[in-house]
Amino acid sequence: MPESLTRAVRWDTVVGALLILLLLLSFGTVDGFGNALNLSFLIGNTLPIALIALPMTLLVVAGEIDLSVASTAGLSGAVMGKLWNDGMAIETIIPLCLLLGVVCGLVNGLLVTRLGLPSLAVTIGTLAAYRGIAQIVLGSDAVTDFPTQYLDFASGRLGNTFLPQAFLPFLVLLAIAVVVLHATPFGRSLFAIGASEEAARFAGIRVKRHKLILFTVTGLMASLTGIFWALHYASARYDNATGLELSVVAAVLLGGIDFDGGRGTLGGAIAGVFLLGALQNVMSLLNVSAQSQIVVTGVLLVISVLGPRVARQISVARAGRRAAASTPTS
Amino acid sequence: MTHPSDTGPAPVLALEDISKSFGAVRALRDVSLELFPGEVHALAGENGAGKSTLIKTLAGVHRPDAGRVLLDGRPVVFHGPGDARDAGIAVIYQEPTLFPDLSIAENIFMGRQPRRALGRIDHKATHTATLRLMKRLGVELDPDRPARGLSIADQQIVEIAKALSFDARVLIMDEPTAALTGSEVARLFGVVRTLREQGAAVLFISHRLEEIFEICQRVTTLRDGAWIASEPVEGMTEDDLVRRMVGRDLEELYPKQDVEPGQVALSVRRLTREGVFTDVSFEVRHGEIVGLAGLVGAGRTEVARAVFGIDRWDAGEVEVEGRKLTNGAPSTAMAAGLALVPEDRRAQGLVMGMSIERNIGLTGLRTTVRAGLMDRGAERDRSLDWAVKLQVKYARIADAVSTLSGGNQQKVVLAKWLATGPKVLIVDEPTRGIDVGTKAEVHRLLSQLAADGVAVLMISSDLPEILGMADRVLVMHEGRLTAEIPRAEATEETVMAAATGRAAA
Repeated sequence: MPESLTRAVRWDTVVGALLILLLLLSFGTVDGFGNALNLSFLIGNTLPIALIALPMTLLVVAGEIDLSVASTAGLSGAVMGKLWNDGMAIETIIPLCLLLGVVCGLVNGLLVTRLGLPSLAVTIGTLAAYRGIAQIVLGSDAVTDFPTQYLDFASGRLGNTFLPQAFLPFLVLLAIAVVVLHATPFGRSLFAIGASEEAARFAGIRVKRHKLILFTVTGLMASLTGIFWALHYASARYDNATGLELSVVAAVLLGGIDFDGGRGTLGGAIAGVFLLGALQNVMSLLNVSAQSQIVVTGVLLVISVLGPRVARQISVARAGRRAAASTPTS
Repeated sequence: MTHPSDTGPAPVLALEDISKSFGAVRALRDVSLELFPGEVHALAGENGAGKSTLIKTLAGVHRPDAGRVLLDGRPVVFHGPGDARDAGIAVIYQEPTLFPDLSIAENIFMGRQPRRALGRIDHKATHTATLRLMKRLGVELDPDRPARGLSIADQQIVEIAKALSFDARVLIMDEPTAALTGSEVARLFGVVRTLREQGAAVLFISHRLEEIFEICQRVTTLRDGAWIASEPVEGMTEDDLVRRMVGRDLEELYPKQDVEPGQVALSVRRLTREGVFTDVSFEVRHGEIVGLAGLVGAGRTEVARAVFGIDRWDAGEVEVEGRKLTNGAPSTAMAAGLALVPEDRRAQGLVMGMSIERNIGLTGLRTTVRAGLMDRGAERDRSLDWAVKLQVKYARIADAVSTLSGGNQQKVVLAKWLATGPKVLIVDEPTRGIDVGTKAEVHRLLSQLAADGVAVLMISSDLPEILGMADRVLVMHEGRLTAEIPRAEATEETVMAAATGRAAA
């Protein structure tokens, strides 16, 4: 089998191709998919997932996970609403909320790196804790009267296009994340840590510091997402973004990021995010019930964990045959 | 081929002109081998000579492309490992895989315990059957003891007992001694001799040539997949055997150059890690190779880990060229010019799924950088440069290191660290599990590095290696440095005496 075909089996390429295929099919066959309003809904609804998927991809590559992101987002929104009700200026509130996100991430990071606890357990705990604090802060209120220029920015479109205004800042963040993961020593270290933490430590990589930075940045991005969410939907409630962490993790895994760490590309992860977003949009347009949508998402998550492994096994088998052709035995 | 005698017993297992290919490569070419009851037969050859393929063929993992396997003179075909086991062939691997929380008896009879009425397990019968097996092997192990905490040698003995419980008549031991200490090897060999006297046939693989001479009666040598010779061990010398394995006269195995030691490069003072090692002080000078000997568990690896910063120390200090190192910080140790080639190359030395290029590149993340971004060209050049200097045999530099043989993997670990231009190089078991040709290359490299002024600290359980390469030998016993022996006075006796705590050095 020629090598170009082996390369093509890469899962992130598969996901990218699936996304393009779905878009082409939907444009042609699904009524109402191609109009500007629907496309801007699609992208606007997917942006929160995409924003958190950026740091989540780096975390999973490094062999960790953060399930508290949606709660951090909810807490940031709730605090934003509370402070706004108390009459504080929005220009002061936003930096404070971002700082809160940093603290939330730092707590996760310190629990994982200083106490050596597994991040899955730690962030399930803080998932509940941060959401609880959000409820204490805001109760069952919904704050909706944020300044109009902020609301407009978060829900407006770029000129006459279907692209949300917030899409441009997202592209900048995406570019930064791609460069950090794929072109810097920091990113290279994350792959080493995820593949073998012990070998990374023996190579002089400061494993704990890398992880602490990742958790902190994840907290920051989660709170940014929470602020965007409250403004985009013009509603700050304690239960904003509930369950978002599962969509993010599902999308990232669907994009070919290995749950065991050490493998994956940001391109794949973002393709996974938009594939999931587009699929949900199409299913809604086709009047698929909400319950059935959940089933489809669940099945996709299982496939996403299975798919890359199958793809990798195929290429490993080929590499193995190649290696067997150069060295007789191990 | 030489038979012990034409009137002697028939071979219990014979291979006739076995060939096996993987793709275009012929891993085995017309290999023949006869195993007689009551003999320990060595299988010798360098990495890649075809030993593993041969074992896997005998164990039913691979099916030969051509040739026959004869059991008691009758041709047999194994369709899987189960067939081989049922035929009485058992393989004992280097690292046994027992269930740690089950008892020895339960491990041996896993899945086929003697039963009483209503399918209940008959613990008493299991216990007695295990005792009987232990008695046959001439060892005393409590059948009810959990497998957790057993030494690797004892775990292997449990595996052997398990094989006997399947009525195995042919035991294949694949590098059983690689992870054992001297006394454990003696214990294992005792069991092997008992088995031999009871008429079992043992196929024995080891990279330690002296073991072949100690325990084996005959030796079959493979080279590049081809049968070279089957002959009695008696009357052979190690040089004869090495010549058969590598196909030429090996240059000296220990090419130590004389170097005048320079300034102190590494200075360790009163280093203590509670419960692990105590009050360890020594110096290594530029140009010197200092051997660190001792039994497994004496604390040698732990000292190296602490010096490099993997583990924290509780007291003492470490200096490289007069510069104090930070406790528990490998990155500052690296910056000071320290390099550690760790004991476990698969878990610690290499990221197995990563390419050769990126593994070597991992130590250059601070240097092969331009404007904060990875300079991929510089990284590739650096990796290629060192892979070539160390003569790593690979297909493409972008291949995963896991595709390389053990010896070549070790060269990648060395390349990774030499690329940092270290002033002090600590190597922990640098030649464990690698073939004799590569071993000589590694020794020549260490000698050359020392001649170039690098201070080398070499931890090794291979005594001839320590004696052959070291200018000075430090010996540890139970967490303490017990002796410092100059090259001229270092012998197996003086080193072992200090290592076992017998001598007041």
